Amino acid sequence: MGAPAMSKTITIDGKNVPFQDGQTIMNAALAAGVYIPHLCHNPQFEPHGSCKLCVVSVNGRNMTSCTMPAAEDMVVANNTPELNSDRKALVQMLFVEGNHICPACEASGNCQLQAAAYYLNMLSPHYTHFYQPRAVDASHPDIFLDLNRCILCELCVRASREVDGKNVFGISGRGIGTRLVVNAASGRLGDTNFAATDKAAHVCPTGTILIKRQGYKIPIGQRTFDHKKISEVQMEPMEPDHE
Amino acid sequence: MEPREFPQIEQQLAPVFERHGREANQLLQILREVQEIFHFIPPAAITCIAAHLGVPRTRVEGVAGFYSFLSLKPVGEYRILFSDNITDQMQGNPELMRYFCHKLWLEPGKVSEDSLLSVDSTSCTGMCDQGPAALVNGWPLTNLDHERLDLIAELIRGRKPVCDWPPRLFEVKDNIRRSGTLLGEPFAPGAAIKATLARGSAATLLEMEASGLRGRGGAGFSVARKWSMCRASPGEQHYMVCNADEGEPGTFKDRVLLNSYADLVCEGMTVGARIIGATKGFLYLRGEYRYLLNKLEQVLARRRAAGLLGRNILGETGFDFDIEIHLGAGAYICGEESALIESLEGKRGRPRNRPPFPVTHGYLDQPTVVDNVETLACAARIAAQGGEWFAAMGTAQSSGSKILSIAGDCARPGIYEYPFGVTLHEILDDCGAEDSYAVQVSGPSGILVSSKEFGRCISFEDLPTAGAFTVFKRGRDLLQIVQNFAHFFAHESCGFCTPCRVGTQLQKKIVDKIANDHGTVSDLEELKQLGHIMQTMSHCGLGHTAPNPVLDMLKKFPDAYQHKLKDLAFEPAFDLDGALETARNITGRDDTWAHLP
Repeated sequence: MGAPAMSKTITIDGKNVPFQDGQTIMNAALAAGVYIPHLCHNPQFEPHGSCKLCVVSVNGRNMTSCTMPAAEDMVVANNTPELNSDRKALVQMLFVEGNHICPACEASGNCQLQAAAYYLNMLSPHYTHFYQPRAVDASHPDIFLDLNRCILCELCVRASREVDGKNVFGISGRGIGTRLVVNAASGRLGDTNFAATDKAAHVCPTGTILIKRQGYKIPIGQRTFDHKKISEVQMEPMEPDHE
Repeated sequence: MEPREFPQIEQQLAPVFERHGREANQLLQILREVQEIFHFIPPAAITCIAAHLGVPRTRVEGVAGFYSFLSLKPVGEYRILFSDNITDQMQGNPELMRYFCHKLWLEPGKVSEDSLLSVDSTSCTGMCDQGPAALVNGWPLTNLDHERLDLIAELIRGRKPVCDWPPRLFEVKDNIRRSGTLLGEPFAPGAAIKATLARGSAATLLEMEASGLRGRGGAGFSVARKWSMCRASPGEQHYMVCNADEGEPGTFKDRVLLNSYADLVCEGMTVGARIIGATKGFLYLRGEYRYLLNKLEQVLARRRAAGLLGRNILGETGFDFDIEIHLGAGAYICGEESALIESLEGKRGRPRNRPPFPVTHGYLDQPTVVDNVETLACAARIAAQGGEWFAAMGTAQSSGSKILSIAGDCARPGIYEYPFGVTLHEILDDCGAEDSYAVQVSGPSGILVSSKEFGRCISFEDLPTAGAFTVFKRGRDLLQIVQNFAHFFAHESCGFCTPCRVGTQLQKKIVDKIANDHGTVSDLEELKQLGHIMQTMSHCGLGHTAPNPVLDMLKKFPDAYQHKLKDLAFEPAFDLDGALETARNITGRDDTWAHLP
């Protein structure tokens, strides 16, 4: 991005944040170094707006910052105890909806859901676990698909569609039965044209899509979120692919 | 069950494809027909449809998995869905369903061994004034009782096609009990269009503004503003959509308008089309009202023949407009206008991110107006009779009249038209409700009103409503009513955003826990907190309103739940005795010794 006239500004928690027409509150914030918690957003893809962690208060009204275009005179409240408490509740909801067993998960330490929980000071899942039966698909030679950990952010759906041009993933079902599906009549990942080199294989914020035979290449203790907060990692100009 | 093979699938689907063409926005219409042919959507059909439409297989599977009336697993050749709206429940539907299942040796939710029959429940079918109701293969059954179910069981055992069943089983009445200007005065088809052409579009828009007409679907947005915004939006094409996805439990006035006042509704669409510059219109008809499809098609055909639809309407060169009916397939969320547009495009009914709004980027990203059935009927009257006349009725901010769908504990359920401003007392008197305890105004997403508030009035200023008016007399278990609503929202959440997808489930579980005598004071706090999260963090109106009945109960009806609470600060959600249910089912035992104390 060059420096075309960025005369328009919004304020986020009292700080002036410039924006360009068409830019969302989230992208304006990211560019200005202001962190708004998020899970389903990744600036490399079309905004989605489903996790709702990035909801901010705009002139007193709650709005989803990753999809809401910034507009002059917006007074945004972001890093407030109230919003962070609601965000923590959303993360807790995601934890009880799926089956997230951090100590037994390969993604532990690289997982954005886990890192968001730390960031928001979540000490327990609070709600009653759903214990929904969900499948693990190991049919692909190079990739595991473990739906126990899927938070329905649709990053893999978007990456496969927008970058890989393959449409390997989609969403079916409704309500609590909403689920990730793959592009094969058998329903098995091994019967799709998915490849470990696809962008979609490297965007999962949790441990749902895992490359086989790499599990513990980086030992626990030396992983992304073991020494950095999610608020630092997600602010880096180009989010690294998750290994 | 063994996976079935479908070697002839392409030949079987050819006539369906023939009817619907290759446009991807026909996907839902195609899937509806496939469901009718196979009694589910076979994986082979998904592959075949994806190839035919040139879309990814995941898109087809996504849509097939979203709508309640489509199924990815086989259902019975005869599929009976009992309406589980609260009024159907009060009229005895749960017992009738058990009776029917017992009679035919069947479990709800399962398919009989011979694949002949499956029985399940479904969200409100819009027959609350003549329930208990159900659907058989999509056709409405009303006034169910043991005698009728015995007959239905015989018909199914005899494998008689549903089209040959006795018509009395399917009789649906209008039950118009009170008419005002909208329902009572005669209307000559074409009158509103003629007046619009004579006056001109800009002048007719001014009449709309003078009328003060606001949307009847609940939100109450100014019709004149919506139409002028759409009219001013640039686009290759403009679209006029009638929202006939009347899914709010307890509402059935649009069914009556479409059955007996379809000309008025079509005329409202045509006037709107003239003003916004649309040549194409859609009527999105909820799947439950599929039985009205042929009748509505006939109305459209008659209007085309009379020069009221089609090319050069009423001889006006260049005034072209026609209406296509699009069927839903069981999804409450499609009443939300942007979800409805997604569904029209043959997609999952997922509400869009806004802005942009449909008036600038709607159907196929073009400027689109979506209006409720009743709104369009009002618009036709206003076009014909002028705005002042309309504004003279009602209250300052709520001009005109409102049609209410009254059901529940009253002697005369049915359709009542009132000028805005009418009090609940008057309404309850008129419909013969005695010893009323509470009224659910505007359905589960609306407001639960206690008897202390019966002096309040129906209006945008006080009690706005999309039309549902469900009466509960003293002695009704309000907790059970709220439980029904909590289950409804959990079933109908589209699943897109976290707070609604998970929150509606958590809410349902906690209300169940209280209803099952395991609730504590901490659960009440939990419900309030959940309600706050859903109201403030959800993606659309469904999530925003899903906690309404629960929060209203907590605030206004402490008697409904206080006595159910345990004398503890906290009790775990895990129900030890409930966990034995599977064992009781397997053994067929339900005696005292099969329960924990």
